[in-house]
Amino acid sequence: MHVEVYGLSKRFGNFEAAKQINFGIEQGKLIGLLGPSGSGKTTVLRMLSGLEHPDSGDILFHGVRVNEQSPQARGIGFVFQNYALFRHMTVYDNIAFGLTVQRKSKVVIRERVTELIELTGLKGMEKRLPHQLSGGQRQRVAFARALAPEPQLLLLDEPFAAIDAKVRKELRAWLKETIHRVGITSIFVTHDQEEAVEVADEIIIMNQGKVEQQGTPIEIYQNPHSAFVASFVGESTVLDPFAGLHGFEDPLPQSKALIRPEYVEIGLEKELAIPHAAERGIVRDVQFRGANWLVIVEVGTHLLSGYRSHEKPLLKLGDDVHVLIHRIYTFNEQQAELRENRLKFDPMPVYI
Amino acid sequence: MSENVDRQKHLSEGPWAKGILIGIALLFLLLILVLPLFTVFMQAFRKGVEVYFAAITQSDARSAIKLTLIAAGIAVPLNLMFGFAAAWAITRFRFKGKNLLITLIDLPFAVSPVIAGLIFVLLFGARGMFGPWLADHDIKIIFAMPGIVLATIFVTFPFVARELIPIMQNQGTLEEEAAASMGANGWTILRRVTLPNIKWGLLYGVILCNARAMGEFGAVSVVSGHIRGETNTLPLHVEILYNEYQFAASFAVASLLVLLALVTLLVKSILEWKQKQVLSQGQGE
Repeated sequence: MHVEVYGLSKRFGNFEAAKQINFGIEQGKLIGLLGPSGSGKTTVLRMLSGLEHPDSGDILFHGVRVNEQSPQARGIGFVFQNYALFRHMTVYDNIAFGLTVQRKSKVVIRERVTELIELTGLKGMEKRLPHQLSGGQRQRVAFARALAPEPQLLLLDEPFAAIDAKVRKELRAWLKETIHRVGITSIFVTHDQEEAVEVADEIIIMNQGKVEQQGTPIEIYQNPHSAFVASFVGESTVLDPFAGLHGFEDPLPQSKALIRPEYVEIGLEKELAIPHAAERGIVRDVQFRGANWLVIVEVGTHLLSGYRSHEKPLLKLGDDVHVLIHRIYTFNEQQAELRENRLKFDPMPVYI
Repeated sequence: MSENVDRQKHLSEGPWAKGILIGIALLFLLLILVLPLFTVFMQAFRKGVEVYFAAITQSDARSAIKLTLIAAGIAVPLNLMFGFAAAWAITRFRFKGKNLLITLIDLPFAVSPVIAGLIFVLLFGARGMFGPWLADHDIKIIFAMPGIVLATIFVTFPFVARELIPIMQNQGTLEEEAAASMGANGWTILRRVTLPNIKWGLLYGVILCNARAMGEFGAVSVVSGHIRGETNTLPLHVEILYNEYQFAASFAVASLLVLLALVTLLVKSILEWKQKQVLSQGQGE
């Protein structure tokens, strides 16, 4: 379903949970609503579902204003953070609930529930009660239950929060694949940027009740519109205040800078391709990160971090190193800019 | 978390202390609970089974049983509805004066039952606020069944609400919201989601409410007027028999109340066990 939201605001007592929210979602997209806790993402989700009524603003489904429609009438599926499965009903009855409410015939219900049980890999669990299931299985039941009445929009509130890390990875991939297979427009709320980047077609980033940016994960990663977005998505070090570094001599007035470790090359003098564009630094910490080392270096007054391959000689604390910074984001109150190191004479080497 | 974990040695008080503590507890239980219970039945059957059955089938006893059943039969369903409505309002809505309402629900527990009875005498008695009006219209409340029912409702009001409020708070509204998002209307949500979730707690409250309704003495005593065969409930009948030195009969009728208590306890522990299972299911992991 095509979803549009204009100027949506909601206040709880003195707390402004949502301030003038605007966004649009195309049919069939899987959207990640990303933000720190308290940023208003769940409130937005609940307003879309009709469980919460906005103080002002409009919600449009397929171009029709649905503000005054009850949750029952909106044709949405909602997967709650703790699943909210009906604890006294079996898996089968949970999934069938929405269909029995619609007074579908027994045959139709059986067909649809069986189909969903197969889709969610819950075969053999039909007669179990929710407390007899693992976290991942409950999540699948909640998902199947929400899908059963064939909603046009699926809303998922922190769908992976209550599941342990190992199963979470699996379930993410499964959910993404399944949602795309079913082809339903979906919005999921998360505070985990990794999750949003991995699962969503498009991300809406929220902070303090406002939408900061909307775009595909790669757009947001490469071109963050605000310091908040840049620091929230991907790893980064924020330099505040930013005094300027080699190759970035003229920062914006009163600016901060944000540097991602993947844009920082750290090595001994001979190892760097363009030594004259590099700063000098001292190794302050070396952390093992599985695929590589995360090296923390002191450059002037700043502490920067960068990745270093296992293939290269091991750096020790106190080593004198060269630090080549390929690009930074610089911000002040008014502006945000992406800057390349201007001392690099040849096209930027591909660094991954 | 199990309640009956053996205390580890370094925390324990040693075999002597353990033995003495358990001994004291058992002795106390025996003296205060088991012995009186036993006495009730012993006294009841002292003059033989025939006297026992004569006592409980005698016409005054029968009408006392009937009145007790009627009073409980009216008070319990009404309190079931009031209690559910109050618990619903308190746990599902935000409104001003909620805390006052919660406190008021507890009022019957805080007030002495005799005072509770007296309230109704002052309201509906011959010289009470509504007394003259009631007399003019020939309506009898005090020293009649309506007064007994009213007093019973008053003292048993908190049981159902008190039982439901924590359960409904604990369960929250998520399941109901889930049902709503799937298109269920209010009535369907109540019938298929809310009620099944609280049924054990509800039954438990009803059981306790019923036990108190049948056993209430103080409040009922004040409004009843002790008219034999007319306004005597079971507890009042026991007192009358006792005061007339008909000990065997008095204890025989009392044994009915004891049996009721034992059945209540049994049902209560079964329900508690059931409810614990349901709650542990709800908490998941």
